[in-house]
Order: sequence, then C-alpha cells, then structure tokens
Amino acid sequence: MTVTGTSEVDYRAEALEAGARVRRFGSWYAAEHRLRSMRAFGLTLVLLAFANPLLYLLSLGLGLASLISSDVNGVSYLTFVAPALLASAALTGAAEESTYPVLTGFKFNAVFFSMAASPLAPKQIANAVFVGTAARVVPTVVVYYGILVLFQAVPSPFSALTILSASLVGMVAAALVTWYTATVTEDKGQMAVIMRFIIMPMFLFSGTFFPLAQLPLYLQWIGWISPLWHASELGRVLSYGMAEPAWLTATHVAVLVVLLVIGWVGARRVFHRRLTA
Amino acid sequence: MPAPVISARNLRKTYKEFVAVDELSFEVTAGESFGLLGPNGAGKSTTMRMLGAVSERTSGDLQILGLDPNDHGPEIRSRLGVVPQADNLDSELRVRENLLVYGRYFGIPRAVVARRADELLEFAQLADRAKARVDELSGGMKRRLTIARALVNEPRILLLDEPTTGLDPQARHVLWDRLFRLKEQGTTLVLTTHYMDEAEQLCDRLVVVDKGVILAEGSPASLIREYSSREVLELRFGSDRNADAVTALAGIGDRIETLPDRVLIFAADGESALEEVSRRGIESITSLVRRSSLEDVFLRLTGRTLVE
Ligand SMILES: Nc1ncnc2c1ncn2[C@@H]1O[C@H](COP(=O)(O)OP(=O)(O)O)[C@@H](O)[C@H]1O
Ligand SMILES: [Mg+2]
Repeated sequence: MTVTGTSEVDYRAEALEAGARVRRFGSWYAAEHRLRSMRAFGLTLVLLAFANPLLYLLSLGLGLASLISSDVNGVSYLTFVAPALLASAALTGAAEESTYPVLTGFKFNAVFFSMAASPLAPKQIANAVFVGTAARVVPTVVVYYGILVLFQAVPSPFSALTILSASLVGMVAAALVTWYTATVTEDKGQMAVIMRFIIMPMFLFSGTFFPLAQLPLYLQWIGWISPLWHASELGRVLSYGMAEPAWLTATHVAVLVVLLVIGWVGARRVFHRRLTA
Repeated sequence: MPAPVISARNLRKTYKEFVAVDELSFEVTAGESFGLLGPNGAGKSTTMRMLGAVSERTSGDLQILGLDPNDHGPEIRSRLGVVPQADNLDSELRVRENLLVYGRYFGIPRAVVARRADELLEFAQLADRAKARVDELSGGMKRRLTIARALVNEPRILLLDEPTTGLDPQARHVLWDRLFRLKEQGTTLVLTTHYMDEAEQLCDRLVVVDKGVILAEGSPASLIREYSSREVLELRFGSDRNADAVTALAGIGDRIETLPDRVLIFAADGESALEEVSRRGIESITSLVRRSSLEDVFLRLTGRTLVE
C-alpha cells in the first residue's frame, strides 16, 4: 500500500479499528505502566509491607497490650486494635501512592501528558492510577493480615473479611487523595501536609487505639467524618462480630462507597481537565 | 489529488480571553512534509496539541485522518506519532522500557512492541543505550528516543513540535537526517520550528504564523520568491551610523530594511547592489551578499526577526 495513494477512507477505517481496542482496554494498558514503575521500588515496597505490621504488633501486641489487661469491647486489646491497624495501613499506603507518584505524572516527568498523546483517554489514565494503587494496597493488606494471624490478633477464619474493609478504605484514600493531588500545579509541600495533618490525625482520632466514645464529644465528629473510623468499625464487626446496630454497619459501608465514588469521579474530571487543556 | 489527512478550517483556541490560535485554515496531504514556522508564542504548540487530538478546539472545523477529534480522539491518536516540544520520557524507566511501555498504550501485542523497540533503537542510533537510564542521555539522544517512541505505532502522521530546539548543530544534523529518512519512506510530517534553515531543509510546504494567524503559505522557494528578492546584501555600519547610511542608500535594490545591528538591501543581484554602494562612496564596516531565506520572508511579513 503506497502512502500517498491511499484514500482517506482507508486511514479512517484503520483508525476506527485501532481506537476501538483502546477504548475498551485502555485502562489496563495504562495500568501496565504503573506496575512497571512500581517494580523499580519493588524491594522497598515489599520491605515496607512486612516491616510496618511487625513493628506495630511488636510494640502494641507485646508492649501496650500487656498493660491493658482488661478487655475492650469484650475482646482482648489486640483483637480490638487489629482491624483498625489493618485499615490504617491500607489508608496510609494508598495515600502515599496517591501523592508523589501522581504529582510526578503531572509534573516531574509529565508521564501523564505523554500518555494523553497516545490513544488513552484521561479517564483511563486516572483509572490506571487506581489500579496501580490497588496493586500495592491489596497485597500490603494481605501480608498484614497474615502477620495478624501469627500474633493471634484475629479470632476466626471469617476475620479474613477485614481484608475487604481495609482494602476498601485504601481505595477511598486513593480516590480522594488522587483527586486533590491532580489539582496541584505547584509543589509547595502540600504532599507532606496531607500526610501529616490529615492522614496522621485521622489515624490518631478515628477510634484506632481506643473506642471513639472515649474521646470528648467535641472531638468525636472527627471519627464520624473519617473514612478510617468507618472502615475500622466495619472491620471490627467483620473480625470479631462487634455488636452494633445494623443501620450503623450499613452506614459504614455507605459512607465508604459514597466517598470512593466521589473521589473517583472527581479525580477523573481533574485528569480530563488538565490533560485536554 | 488524494484527500487531505489534515484539514483545518477557521481553527481557533482561546484561553479565557486570550486568543492563542486565531482562525487557522490549512490542509496537509498524505506523504507531505508540512511546517508551521513562527516565533515563540505564535501558537504553534497550541495548534499541534489540537492536531494531536489532545487539546479541544474552541471553534472551527478540524478533521484528522477523516475524523473529528471531538468525537474520535482515541481513534485519531492511535494513528499519530507525537513528539512534544519538551521531552516527556519516563525517567523512572530505562531507554528500551520507554518504548515497550509506550507501545502498550496502543494495545500492540508485547512481542510486536519488543521487535519494533529493537528496530527503532537501531533507527534512532540508540541500540547500545537500550539499558541506559534516560537521564544519562544527551539532549540529542533524548530527542531521538522521543521520536523513536512516537514511531512505535507506525503512525500515519508524525507531529514534531520544535524537533531540534536547544540542540547543538551536530545533534541537529543527525536528527534532520533521521527525519529525512522518514520523509523518504512516505511518512506525513507536520513540524513546527522557529529555525528557517530547518523549515527549508524539511518542509515541502509551510505556513508562516505569528500571533495565532497565518501570514503566508507556500513552499520555501515560492515564499522566498513572493516575499523577498533573490539575494540580500547585508551591510554593517555600527549602530549609531545605521540611520544616516539608510538615507544615503535610498534607491538601491528593491527594498531596504534597517535592523538594530545591520542594514539589509533586497535585490535580485546583490553584487551589483554592492557595486552601487561603493560607487556612491558609502563605506560599511562589513558587507555580505547572500541568498534570500525564510528569515527574510518573516522579516518582510512582520517587520521582526524570527529568533530574537
Ligand atoms: N494552557 C495555556 N493557558 C494559557 N495560555 C496559554 C496556554 N498554552 C499556551 N498559552 C499561550 O498561548 C500563546 C501561544 O503559545 P504556544 O502555542 O505555546 O506558542 P508557540 O508554541 O508558538 O511558542 C502564548 O502566548 C502562550 O502563553
Ligand atoms: Mg511551542
């Protein structure tokens, strides 16, 4: 086929065919990039996945738990904190994965812009970021859960369902933090601010280490708006059947799902706006 | 004549009130090498992003490969190769990996991408750097890698935004040679540049753009014929004497342009213009007769030089 002699129709048909494939599978094609980039940090990520739970459980399980001899919520202290630790590990890991890696894509090496020049749609690029984050968060949670089992912090095989609630809050964090990070055009340290002034306080005030009711009333609202609290409570219901009204359990699920959808839609919009300017 | 692969009519792009591209109309035919020549801020990159089906136009009609980018962005982009003004290679990946990953964005099977990656590294003269980090490459190598990456989907149209800006002369020549090969193979090239020599080397046809509008269109030779004389006589008098000299030079050649550092006399025959200058007893510090270039065309059209 000679190029100059080819009629427009051929080019058109060829483009329509090539584009259809990417419209369908583009998010996965783009996700391959995220996974490959992550591979460069593979060892660090694996070490983090193991070291983080080990440190917490050695300190809390052997140290703090031995001081707290009375039961909390009708279970041992370790059983009580385990689902919340799992959820916060997912949250922190996902938030980290959604700060610098996303900023890098828009800014430092502008990889998202090179993707946007390919047939990938901006929304697929955003999807790929979430797939990449999930590929880090879910294994982290599974490893963490395995270590919880070793420390006898989970009472039954059904407790494994907490892997779901923890992964869910991880993806909520991924969606919300990615949404925010995508709007950042100038790096003035906002990423550190997110980790220190949002993620960290959430960790401390979301009924992770003690029931939310222990906090004075004027601080309890933090728990209610915190996806981490909802995920921790949901995890406790799933792990050791913590007694709470069904409507409250339903609320936990609803809050997490709604936040996930809001963040996801928001992030996709910002990706679209920035990558088509 | 085959149908155009790019057809733009009254193409316009505004950022808030600011008009970056104003009613551009042009067509590009398959196999042609088409250029946008203009100074910084002319709207070249903005136009290229619209041609690349990335940036959405504010108004006007645009057809790429017979498709409207508003409806068929992914389809169009799947058959384009894009070399942006600033290299955006992935510095977290190795040289060859950059090609592998990029090829997958098009859904090209892994084995095919791997084979093409090797061929393209060969073409870009980077085969020995396959495993190198992107940051270790020189500017010219990065540019060639970006071009290789743009070719991974065997595109019908290659868009190059200032392919050689910032490169040293030798690196530019290596790059021109590669682009020339693509042109010979029949790839449609659309490139922007503010180097007139680049435009003359690579473009069959070009538009001169300034402030978002097209000032002239044609082949480099026809533009020179139309907007300039065959030859140019450049005279330097020292900046304080330029103005006086111009008065004395009146009537020599077809036209006289005064620049801050020199006076240009446009004439069909530069040598006889120079003879006339010396016959009038006007003494310049240096004098030079040269062929007219696109630079002169731009000067004629805008009263300014291309590269300030
Ligand atoms: N995203 C943007 N927002 C606002 N103004 C822009 C944007 N992109 C380009 N411009 C403006 O549009 C004009 C044309 O820019 P550009 O297309 O980059 O020119 P060129 O590539 O010819 O140097 C410039 O004045 C530039 O500042
Ligand atoms: Mg530009």
